Amino acid sequence: MSKLPLVLRELHRSETSLARDLLAVADRHQVDHEIFHVGRDIAAWSQTHVRLLSEIGHDHGLELDPAPRWTVPALSSLTRRLSTATVHRPESGLLLLADLRRVHRKAAGVSLDWELLAQSAQAMRQGELLALAQSCHPRTVRQMKWANAHLKASSPQIIAS
Amino acid sequence: MTERDAIAKPWGARTPFRPGEPWPDRVDIHLAGGVDPDDVQRWVRTASMLHSNGDAMDIAVVDGRIVGVRGRVEDRVNHGRLGPKDLYGWQANGSQDRLTRPLVRVDGGLVETDWDTAMDRVVTRSTQLLDERGPSSIGFYTTGQLMAEEYYTLAAIGHGAIGTNHMDGNTRLCTATAAAALKETFACDGQPGSYTDVDHADVIALFGHNMAETQTVLWMRILDRLAGPQPPRIVCVDPRDTPVAKAARDSGGVHLAPLPGTNVALMNALLHEIIANEWVDPDYLDAHTVGYAELRAQVEGCTPEWAGGICRLDPAEIRAAARVLGEAERLLSTVLQGFYQSHQASAAAVQVNNLNLVRGMLGRPGCGILQMNGQPTAQNTRECGADGDMSGFRNWANDAHVADLARHWNIDPMQIPHMAPPTHAMQMIRYCEEGSIGMLWVSGTNPAVSLPDLSRIRSIFSQDRLFLVVQDIFLSETAQLADVVLPAATWGEKTGCFTNVDRTVHLSDKAVEPPGQARPDLDIFLDYARRMDFRDRDGQPFPAWHDAESAFAAWAASTEGRPCDYTGLSHERLRAAPSGIQWPCNAEHPDGTERLYVDGRFWSAPDHCESYGRDMVTGAPLSPTEYRALNPDAKAVLKAAEYLPPHEPPGPEHPFVLITGRTIYHFHTRTKTGRAPELQAAAPRVWVECSPADAGRLGLTDGDLAEVATPRGTLHAHVRITGIRDGVLFVPFHYGYWDTPGGSAPDGGPGRAANELTATDWDPVSKQPLFKTAAASITPVEGGQR
Repeated sequence: MSKLPLVLRELHRSETSLARDLLAVADRHQVDHEIFHVGRDIAAWSQTHVRLLSEIGHDHGLELDPAPRWTVPALSSLTRRLSTATVHRPESGLLLLADLRRVHRKAAGVSLDWELLAQSAQAMRQGELLALAQSCHPRTVRQMKWANAHLKASSPQIIAS
Repeated sequence: MTERDAIAKPWGARTPFRPGEPWPDRVDIHLAGGVDPDDVQRWVRTASMLHSNGDAMDIAVVDGRIVGVRGRVEDRVNHGRLGPKDLYGWQANGSQDRLTRPLVRVDGGLVETDWDTAMDRVVTRSTQLLDERGPSSIGFYTTGQLMAEEYYTLAAIGHGAIGTNHMDGNTRLCTATAAAALKETFACDGQPGSYTDVDHADVIALFGHNMAETQTVLWMRILDRLAGPQPPRIVCVDPRDTPVAKAARDSGGVHLAPLPGTNVALMNALLHEIIANEWVDPDYLDAHTVGYAELRAQVEGCTPEWAGGICRLDPAEIRAAARVLGEAERLLSTVLQGFYQSHQASAAAVQVNNLNLVRGMLGRPGCGILQMNGQPTAQNTRECGADGDMSGFRNWANDAHVADLARHWNIDPMQIPHMAPPTHAMQMIRYCEEGSIGMLWVSGTNPAVSLPDLSRIRSIFSQDRLFLVVQDIFLSETAQLADVVLPAATWGEKTGCFTNVDRTVHLSDKAVEPPGQARPDLDIFLDYARRMDFRDRDGQPFPAWHDAESAFAAWAASTEGRPCDYTGLSHERLRAAPSGIQWPCNAEHPDGTERLYVDGRFWSAPDHCESYGRDMVTGAPLSPTEYRALNPDAKAVLKAAEYLPPHEPPGPEHPFVLITGRTIYHFHTRTKTGRAPELQAAAPRVWVECSPADAGRLGLTDGDLAEVATPRGTLHAHVRITGIRDGVLFVPFHYGYWDTPGGSAPDGGPGRAANELTATDWDPVSKQPLFKTAAASITPVEGGQR
């Protein structure tokens, strides 16, 4: 029996987790405005992917939540307040590096999951799944490169100062 | 020669001309009351310092004083014409409140002192920070209003001698997206087009560009084409009903007024129509570009109906505009702040480049792109590397380029930071906020009025732990917050060169002495370098140059082999020439170069290019390897971009979209134009524009006092009911507090600076702050003064 549903389920889980993480990182670094705004912009990509996976999941007998809970509201407002409270402290930089590192790792995992899906879809001649992987996967790679680029640009100041 | 009331008639009388004819001359002049042209003892060559057009002019001098100006008829840019700010703005030089002595902060107040004391404070703090915390604790924030020699010197001191990555100009606010768009498409900065494209074009498209107010003399050129035989059609994209919008309608073109923040949706729909109707040039695309398949795929679903819903435009209007653009035979496109300071700035500006490329409209007379600048010397900030670029359009991610620059400076390449892109202004402000930058040196700009979210900016600049040095000609809002204030000389009081939007280099000679102890910015920077005892590899003083002429020679030498090649230029050559000369100017092109990319030869070869580009949404830089794979053959890159919704959409509490902008009568934060009586009288106080329908609904009439609010703050302004589209408010950003009791901030009461309202958000590609997408409310002020 095909293990495709398993792959789809795992991808749905990892994309959901990446979206949540991007939103949480954005909230935690509200005072680093580009992290805040772009983090939310590209979290939307993962949210879209989750919806698309849920839609295509039906064809494979899966019930995947198209719009899981993305944030914990109370926690989110708390992290925002914390982020604002440390606006004058350079130490938040280290937290940013750790967060970017985690986003990068997570996005790398999602990227591999899309790779798995694309490979198996190709082997099993599942054109729709292959098309989905081909349209979503590049955005995952861009999320990964975003984290990498910010890590590169911010680490010298954070480490040196 | 004509004296005219340039307030009432900013563009003057028409001199119509037909396509391909030279633009007729018209010499504008304005002299102080009672001065006759025959009284003028000397005419001194310069160009405009109060906008980016680069109008050449001569300063009239009588008894060591500036008494007026006259347009230079020999010049390719203006053929003698001048705009209102040129004609009246020079009076600010003679203001009684010029800074004439250095100031230092003592017991909380600023007191006059001498140069040794002031510079000693700067040197002491620099040395202490370098010893304790290293070069990344020092930042430089300069302007778009110094001269090439000064920027190059500042770049050499910051990037070379100190080795900090933190250097930017307020060009970040006006021209960063122009540079970014050129780098994304052509992999290198450098304006492709020429102003003379106006003389040939049959369609001129202005994207977010109210040229009538921002570049008055270039607009005169268009008005003269419109008044002549075979006039061009105009396409205007602007939520306001500007003179450009009116000209678009009158010329048989189209005015589109999209909801602010939706430019990418509109551009993608225009490209969709151009491709769907096969108005593309397949031969040009094939021979000179990469990326067409991706662009086509991206815009495939972007129908006028789709964009109409987002931009709140009638799809038929979008189709009509696309038809004008698609059927143009010689298309000139220009772009300014309506795109650059709006959501998805670079992505939108790049789509304008794409428009000209898919239509094969580049490098021929009338077929050009003008990614405009906001400030007079913005081009030099970029070229010389004082604004987050490397000197000479070098690529920070290319080790060979860094080594080449180090060779010119005779320093170790390791000394020049290039581990990441140079720090942009908003990030430098953030480093000041969190405390890792301990000294910020601001020259010739006024961030306490010009940056977004002013209450945040004031609180950052007021921190005790930040040592703020401000070099300026007046005690600006920013200078009032400084620890040391250095009095500078300005235009007309020093010699140097600067370059306008279409690469025309003008020499600006010293006409009069600066007031009191004020000194040229170049002298201040070099004085700092000598006091810091910076040395090159051979132990010689660095920078090695000592005055404007030697600085220019060093700068020109450093551009050898780079796209912005100045090796054919010198002060002597510029002084001998009839007027300005366009770079590249070298042995091969001794008289300069009118258009770039003739025959579609781009500067985008991987080893030569200034930039490998960035992701259009995330802003992440491409790696050298990715770029090599994308564009091995030095073609133009068609970069596609998806539309993203703006970050602060209007809601129940703040139902309007606020945009900020300019008026024809003022420049930047009014430090000069507010001190020129005619200009100040023409626009003495802040206002807010809203549409007739919105005003009617809210019970506002023309002249009422209203409160405008966003989540950041509020201001009071008088209402002007104009042709702005419904749901949008406009507030000019020029007005601060230097001429109010508050001095550097609102005096307890409501503010009047537009940036009290704006959000801290910037384009991820160009890092240009967004001033045109805040959600706002407007309410009448009860009993407000009319």
